[in-house]
Amino acid sequence: MAIGLTHFLVLATALFLIGMVGVLVRRNAIIMLMSIELMLSATNIAFAAFSRHWGDASGQVFVLMNFAVAAAEAAIGLGILVEIYRRRRTVNVDELKTLME
Amino acid sequence: MESAAVDTALRWIVLAPLLGAAGNGLLNRRLPRRLVGLVACGTVALSFVLAVRLFLRLLQLPPAERILTDSLGAWFSLGRLTVDLGFSMDQLGAVMALVVTGVSFLIHVYSLGYMAHDAGFQRFFAYMNLFVFFMLTLVLGENLLLLFVGWEGVGLCSYLLISFWFGEEANAAAGKKAFVVNRIGDFGFLIGIFLIGTTLLPHLGAGEGLFSFGTLAAHRDLLAPVATAVGLLLFLGATGKSAQIPLYIWLPDAMAGPTPVSALIHAATMVTAGVYMLARLHFIYVMSPTAMLVVAIVGAATALFSATIALAQNDIKRVLAYSTVSQLGYMVLACGVGAFAAGIFHLMTHAFFKALLFLGSGSVIHAMSNTQDMRVMGGLRRALPITFWTFLAATLAIAGIFPLAGFFSKDEILWRAFSSGVGGHVLWVVGFLAAGLTAFYMMRLVVLTFFGRNRASEKVREHIHESPPTMTVPLVVLAILSVVGGWIGWPHVLGGSNRFAQWLEPVFHGGAAAASAPAPGGALGETAALLHQALVETPHAVGRGLTEGLQEWILMLASLGIGLLGLAFGYWLYARRIRIVERLRSLAGGALYRLVANKYYVDEAYEAVFIKPGYALSRRVLWKWIDAGLIDGLLVNGSALCVAIAGAVLRLFQNGMIRFYAYIFVLGVTAFVLYLTLAT
Repeated sequence: MAIGLTHFLVLATALFLIGMVGVLVRRNAIIMLMSIELMLSATNIAFAAFSRHWGDASGQVFVLMNFAVAAAEAAIGLGILVEIYRRRRTVNVDELKTLME
Repeated sequence: MESAAVDTALRWIVLAPLLGAAGNGLLNRRLPRRLVGLVACGTVALSFVLAVRLFLRLLQLPPAERILTDSLGAWFSLGRLTVDLGFSMDQLGAVMALVVTGVSFLIHVYSLGYMAHDAGFQRFFAYMNLFVFFMLTLVLGENLLLLFVGWEGVGLCSYLLISFWFGEEANAAAGKKAFVVNRIGDFGFLIGIFLIGTTLLPHLGAGEGLFSFGTLAAHRDLLAPVATAVGLLLFLGATGKSAQIPLYIWLPDAMAGPTPVSALIHAATMVTAGVYMLARLHFIYVMSPTAMLVVAIVGAATALFSATIALAQNDIKRVLAYSTVSQLGYMVLACGVGAFAAGIFHLMTHAFFKALLFLGSGSVIHAMSNTQDMRVMGGLRRALPITFWTFLAATLAIAGIFPLAGFFSKDEILWRAFSSGVGGHVLWVVGFLAAGLTAFYMMRLVVLTFFGRNRASEKVREHIHESPPTMTVPLVVLAILSVVGGWIGWPHVLGGSNRFAQWLEPVFHGGAAAASAPAPGGALGETAALLHQALVETPHAVGRGLTEGLQEWILMLASLGIGLLGLAFGYWLYARRIRIVERLRSLAGGALYRLVANKYYVDEAYEAVFIKPGYALSRRVLWKWIDAGLIDGLLVNGSALCVAIAGAVLRLFQNGMIRFYAYIFVLGVTAFVLYLTLAT
């Protein structure tokens, strides 16, 4: 059985859902950040799969751009988290609610 | 209207006083009094000189083309509606401009002396100049909207000048009363303008100024169906401005202002605006016999009604105020019977002698240390010779004694009221009685003020002195005008040629043509024919039968007779038989006297009928319900409450839980994707 578009999409969906559940259920900000990266990767897979399926290179261009965005997001997100940890000694998102009001 | 000559001097007649007002009023500093006076009087004098120059230019033109125009460009243009910012001067405008600028100039000069010691000297002259500007806009504006601008402007200046000494509550209240009562009339006036606009607008060609008097006159047949409504609405405005029943009540209270203001506004100029408007729009009125009849009746009723009130007033200025109302009634009566030229003629002569009367009373008040009560005056004849003789001239003029100015104009009005078909001879009888009363109360005023013993206190009596030359010279000039001013209207019967009526004839000729045109409806046509007869045929004695001439002679002698009788009776009663006056006063237990002295309780009646319910309505419904309940409660606080409730609900979502936000976000995206999937 050849590996077709469907397989890639199933994989991408699975990864996306795992990432989403990770964001929703975990309290550790670092894990949440990793989960977000997972969701981005899932979209990358979907982009690449569609690009191959339709023979259109623009999908892969988006993948490259997504990498850049993900890298920037990870860098800034981790930087913020490091700073938060230095001040608050925690990265538990449930305790970070001083901006509520 | 065709081939109108352009003269750019026209705009400076109007604008010069505005410059004076701006110079004195807007500069944020105190100028030397001499300069203020020079600017104020100089600008009005400039207007007068220019008006004379343009009048001479008009004289050189052939009668049918006597119109000068000057346009400052378009005022505004909305679709088909274009309104020009332009002025025009025809025969009627020339008369008005000359009267306004001439009398105003004399009163300005007089004010130099009268207001010399007043702290508000500069403010006073700024207002006076502004007033002259608005009055000239009113009489020289080439369209109805400019007339309305002037109309409102003089109302504003009247308010400012009546409450000029606003430190006293009563003065401020009088100013407010004048303004509010005038606004009631203006409301009708404005609706009248709207009605003209909506009627004419669909029929207008390109480039025609909708409200221009020329356009209105040219399209008067289109206005025929609404002539009655338009005429009555505009006349409501005139009853406010020209102090006719039922809106005359502000004028007597307007005496709270400085005396030159009473002379300028409430005798010579502003109050004549209504009469001018009637004459200017005569072509609308002659199409509506109903409107004419209403105008005539209101005029005659006002003339008699206010003359009776004047009999029992003790304040010298109040007597004159009611006499003004009464004389305005004559002018309105003249317009109502189609004798527009006679109305304007009386307007002019009245401007002379009434300005003189007020300025003379100002001189008296000045001498009496600001006392206005005639009961403590008396015997001023020797102390104030110039004031006395000029005042006497004005009194004889207003009483209609030959050959002073008032005789000619009043006699012409009475004759035309008698001979016109409108209203029968009742109008003449009413005017005739009012003429007798006029002579009587004027003589009463003169006797109480100038004859007998002085009844003032020692302190005041020591102070009595003749006024300075700035005040007496205008008195003398006005006295001369009051004597000779009527001679330009010397009637045919007395071998004259009535130049005044001839001069105005082309203006009113157009209206006569409209009335003579076949009008729809039998009764309407019939009265229109009568009006036509009154308008066109009677001004010319040519071809008048002997009996008619005899009739005019008899009427003339009758009105002269009743004037002399009134004067003689007034003198006899107040100078010789003052006891009889006391007895008359206590007639019917004094009830009759109290009724008249309290002005028939009209103010009180208005208070009870309009003001009290108005207050009650405002307090109970408009304030408690509409303002406090609906606007404050429902709209203002209600909308705030809505926002507060929405905020309280939305606040539940902002709990600081990032994962909660993420849930909401995911739910939203899922719902959106589902929607997209299901929708396609």
